[in-house]
Amino acid sequence: MRNLWIFISRYNAFFFFIIFFAVGIILTLKNNVFQRSVTLNSTNEVVGSAYERLNVLKRYLNLGQVNDSLATENAKLKTELISLKNIDSSKTIIVKDTVNQQQYTLLSAKVIKNSVTQRNNIITINRGSDDGIVKDMAVISPNKGVVGFILNVSPHLATIRSLLHKETLISVNLKKNNAFGSLVWGDGNFDFRKAYVKEIPNHFKVNVGDTIVTSGAGGFPKGIEVGKISKTKISTGDSFMTLEINLFNDFSTLQYVYIIKNRLAEEQKVLEIQTPNEQ
Amino acid sequence: MNSKTIFINIFRWFVLLFVQVFLLRNLSFYDLSTPFIYVLFILVLPFGIPNLLLFIIAFGTGLTLDSFYDTLGVHTTACVALAFVRILFISVSVNRDAFDEPEPSLGNMGFKWFSIYAILCIFVHHFVVFFLEAFKLSEFSYTLGRCVLSVIFTLFVVLLVEFIFHNRKSN
Repeated sequence: MRNLWIFISRYNAFFFFIIFFAVGIILTLKNNVFQRSVTLNSTNEVVGSAYERLNVLKRYLNLGQVNDSLATENAKLKTELISLKNIDSSKTIIVKDTVNQQQYTLLSAKVIKNSVTQRNNIITINRGSDDGIVKDMAVISPNKGVVGFILNVSPHLATIRSLLHKETLISVNLKKNNAFGSLVWGDGNFDFRKAYVKEIPNHFKVNVGDTIVTSGAGGFPKGIEVGKISKTKISTGDSFMTLEINLFNDFSTLQYVYIIKNRLAEEQKVLEIQTPNEQ
Repeated sequence: MNSKTIFINIFRWFVLLFVQVFLLRNLSFYDLSTPFIYVLFILVLPFGIPNLLLFIIAFGTGLTLDSFYDTLGVHTTACVALAFVRILFISVSVNRDAFDEPEPSLGNMGFKWFSIYAILCIFVHHFVVFFLEAFKLSEFSYTLGRCVLSVIFTLFVVLLVEFIFHNRKSN
């Protein structure tokens, strides 16, 4: 027993290493599997408020760019408004009042922390459960393009698993012929301006420059424009093809995002649990 | 260890983590090379530090950085590995009886010793970070490339910082 004790204390560095290394690995694995139970991240009070303070400064530096994008959006909305106001009312038009029936509502949020350089990128925003945000809501960017899904929520802050994350998968369509595919990032390409669309059946004809839109499954409303195809000839050796696309939104300059609240999400979930899964 | 050493190290911890989190986190070359300057803190902890304390400090530093990077466990594990390599390398290469420098800095140990020490430690740290982050071997060559390029970047910044402080001491 005494010899064993001497042995351990002589090589204590090695045993400490084993213990601490194991704890570290366990933390990593836990974080991958049970994302929600973890509080040591940027939804945490201390870390979150530190980022928020620094961000006041950063936002100021980007005011010009943000102004430009807001002005563009304003212009677009005004154009729409004008065209709506000037509808020729001499014809009879049936107006369907959809205000109370609206399925999707948008909530804007400010990005207080963002990254594009890591393998798995997470965005933190300044809205939380007090604003009605729950896990797995879809997030889009103000102009065009998708951002990701809500990951963790605290009362005033929330994190988003961005598209630039190995576990994010978004269901998309080719705009012109509605071929289904899934949008992923990674697998050898880590440019935040590009992503891949996988699992499009080989018999569809695709061209460079075709637009990719969301399919309506999995949280996003149908028809949000995601990107344009930049490369088509990526052979995978089976009956599906992989496309490379240029994303419309630039993740590195993301300042504001819109969170999509789906009024029917609860209902859909309950219904789908009742129905046996046949996918 | 006197109170001055402790104070200097605490100060260094805050400065390095601040720079890492608020400045270098946003910096990278072509998404390939990212510097992790905070490892310098663990590299230049004093010689006389007990092993257990060293591991606890490394663990805590990694955990703090992880909470800012949203990568719980990755940097923690890497820092622990770094601490282990540090202990091994120092026990092999430094004769503690005939040597009474307080800490393994560039000014105390010379360029040759320090650069080998830094390359080894930083490489192990980055290797663990990038492979735990990717967590699969299918991107092996890409991850290894990122790792090596980042080691070069970090090493450059570490040596730069050490040279600045070295010169100030000799004046």
